[in-house]
Amino acid sequence: MAEIQGKVWKYGDNVNTDVIFPGKYTYTVSEPAEMPKYALEDLDPEFAGAVQAGDVIVGGTNWGCGSSREQAVVCLSEAKLGAIIARSFARIYYRNCLNNALPAIVCPEAVDAIENGENVTIDLENGIITCQAGKFSFPPLPEAVMEIFNAGGLIPYTKKRLSESN
Amino acid sequence: MSQTFAEKILAKKAGLDYTVPGQIVEIKPDVILSHDNTAPIYGLFQRMGGEKVFDPDMHAIIIDHATPAPSTKHAENHRIIREFVKEQGIKEFYDVGRGICHQILVESGLALPGEVVLGSDSHTPHAGVMGAFAAGIGRTEMASIWAIGELWLRVPESLKITVTGELGEGVTSKDLALTIIGDLKSDAAIYMSVEWHGEAIQALPLSQRATLTNLMAEMGAKNSFIPPDKKVFRFLKDRARRDYEAVYPDDDAKYIREVKYDGGSIEPVVACPHSVDNVKPLSEIRGTHIDQAFLGTCTNGRLDDLAAAAAVLEGKKIADGRRMIIIPASEAIYLAALQAGYLETFLKAGAVIESPGCGPCMGNHMGVPAVGEVSISTANRNFRGRMGTKESEVYLASPAVVAASAVAGVIESPANL
Repeated sequence: MAEIQGKVWKYGDNVNTDVIFPGKYTYTVSEPAEMPKYALEDLDPEFAGAVQAGDVIVGGTNWGCGSSREQAVVCLSEAKLGAIIARSFARIYYRNCLNNALPAIVCPEAVDAIENGENVTIDLENGIITCQAGKFSFPPLPEAVMEIFNAGGLIPYTKKRLSESN
Repeated sequence: MSQTFAEKILAKKAGLDYTVPGQIVEIKPDVILSHDNTAPIYGLFQRMGGEKVFDPDMHAIIIDHATPAPSTKHAENHRIIREFVKEQGIKEFYDVGRGICHQILVESGLALPGEVVLGSDSHTPHAGVMGAFAAGIGRTEMASIWAIGELWLRVPESLKITVTGELGEGVTSKDLALTIIGDLKSDAAIYMSVEWHGEAIQALPLSQRATLTNLMAEMGAKNSFIPPDKKVFRFLKDRARRDYEAVYPDDDAKYIREVKYDGGSIEPVVACPHSVDNVKPLSEIRGTHIDQAFLGTCTNGRLDDLAAAAAVLEGKKIADGRRMIIIPASEAIYLAALQAGYLETFLKAGAVIESPGCGPCMGNHMGVPAVGEVSISTANRNFRGRMGTKESEVYLASPAVVAASAVAGVIESPANL
């Protein structure tokens, strides 16, 4: 996977899935391609209109807590967000990220150092975040999860593995 | 290298000498659990190109969330599941009325010490009561296991809870778990493995221990573990489906956090609306009006829960204008309660007894509250809207307190009836 490079959107602690993808859309917006329009609507109304492919969200502790709705990840992966760096993730949110090929990186030191609006570079394979304050390392994703990433998520990954075994 | 339970069992399953928190391993679970959501998971499985499941003997499928079917839509869902089970040759299938999935896994000897259980249900950590590593997963992930037989797991950090001494008279494991959730708060164990140690835990019967592992989902836990002892091995003697080998943490394992409680300091408590960590002493909440009392669920619908309620209800009547709903957690518990005479006590007190399943716990059917009504329940969640309407309140308490409240018409301690 190539390097991720983009602008930082920095937020706080305990950002829940209701503000990432409002509950009122969960049964009315079902097309993944439509979901980025509503991303972070109740947290940062400017985000959806301005986010660029490769941009990086930096969050605090417990990013993605609350309802387990997968749309709260899909609205960002469909927007081609580069990664989310946080102090910690709610468990199901973290799993949903990796299963939708959206890098979720736990790196508290980077969260402290990175400023809102700056540009960062992430080397996923070697586990290095480069920002104005310097370089920070994180445990790189193991091969098993990289394969899911490279396939584009768990559904295409499983599909590929099934067709290979047949 | 010294390891926690989670580190050790995931290493064993992944064929490694050891693992560390944050590491990702790929493992083949021993048991995979799905319930009424088996039908939508089947849809995802087909989208992945799945035709035959990887191994039909891994599956345990229990219809419990809306049983017997409350609507044609639910009945159609059940029909798809029955067809799927038949077509795939899945043997461990439990149709309507057999019981709640988490209770069935334990009772049927499907959840075993040293094994890995993955379930598409948030209360899957329940099975940790038998010494299994049991965690909830999403539907897409479950569909992928159906197809390829394995899944990636992140090795969790571990939280160690030690409870010394013993619980006092009238204090249950429900009070212990709610007290701890109230103290540590609902995000205290996110992505963690919660281990229970200490003589107060060892002294508890299995049914009460299960309330602890079940409720750890409300602290964000990935799994919860109680070291299996003689009580577990005796229980499994004629039930275990396979040979098993228990896995225990090392004495000098490293935990991200350790907390200690004195069992004797725990008092009866109630979780108040609208979060499980909004916990107050029963003595402060006594006198709060209730409309409905609900005894049942995977948290507290077992035989000794029914026995505790029967002891309170014996010779008494449910208060005027109030109602009490009782749902045994399984068919076996239902039968045992019948033989013990508890059901007669319940009926004479004016309670309603319903068939085993989740009932009104998540607002599906069988006694949901009206707008503005207040429920007291033995369940594990009291989120706004949980029992069907956002305009109602749910209090969570132990079985004896729920029964006493049904008699008093207000939240009450059995000691004050």
